[in-house]
Amino acid sequence: MSSVTTRPGFSLFRYAAPNVFYPVAGRMVPFFAVLATALAVIGLYIGFFMAPTDAQQGDSYRIIYIHVPSAWMAMFLYVVMAFWAGVGLAFNTRLSSMMAQAIAPTGALMAFISLWTGALWGRPTWGAYWVWDARLTSTLILLFLYLGFIALQAAIDDRRRADKAGAVLALVGVVNVPIIYFSVKWWNTLHQGASVKPGSSAMAEIMLTGMLVMVFAFWMYAIAAVLVRLRAIILERERRSQWVLDAREQSTL
Amino acid sequence: MQWQSLEHFLAMGGYGFYVWGSYAVAAAVIAAEVWALRQRRRAALGEVRRALPAAGRSA
Repeated sequence: MSSVTTRPGFSLFRYAAPNVFYPVAGRMVPFFAVLATALAVIGLYIGFFMAPTDAQQGDSYRIIYIHVPSAWMAMFLYVVMAFWAGVGLAFNTRLSSMMAQAIAPTGALMAFISLWTGALWGRPTWGAYWVWDARLTSTLILLFLYLGFIALQAAIDDRRRADKAGAVLALVGVVNVPIIYFSVKWWNTLHQGASVKPGSSAMAEIMLTGMLVMVFAFWMYAIAAVLVRLRAIILERERRSQWVLDAREQSTL
Repeated sequence: MQWQSLEHFLAMGGYGFYVWGSYAVAAAVIAAEVWALRQRRRAALGEVRRALPAAGRSA
């Protein structure tokens, strides 16, 4: 029995095969890791040495350079995770479900960083580490959705059923993402409104630049981390298939 | 540059605890993830090394 299910002639499906994607992902990892590191150095330099102290919040505002990037990535990664989980559910493509599984821990990490930095920013700004407000509560639910997805998959032994159950949870949870995004508009909240909207920004230009550079740094880091985890998951799931054993013989894993 | 000295920089205008508390924990959890990823890859490679070819496969 061959595990190779590539369809020659259609390049998109070709890369959907774990054995084809595995080495490609391996070559992409250093690129994204270096990019993430370089962007973080530049972004933090701008944020701490070029951007001035904020007139209202003093230097506490400098938390923004990791708070907003982690919050955006937590929401973005969730949508990407749900997308791939849904593709895996609909088309039974192995790599899609593995991708969803690979994204969840990094998404949870981003949600945790956004909550932690938010608490430490909220204390000097609002006088409280935590309030049960719409933006904070919906972000906490996002963290629980990630953790629930991870726990649910870990609790089911049958891999295909674990993928399906996880996909249903991920897809139902997607409704939370627009709730987080629009929460500051829909409800009265302590959390400040969006500082950055398409086409306009309420922030000083140098602060915005530093923050956006950090957003890209977090983005590139997330891609690198997810690809490394995806490669490990491919090995975990396909360790008995012929291509893995062949690659083992050739020492190309 | 607005920092006159290292002390000023570390003090963050009186918000040092909040600013560095944010950055330190963010850096720590990212470092933990990188470490965990390395461990997971190592463990997966170990399992592959121990894996036998599936029974009944065509050579």
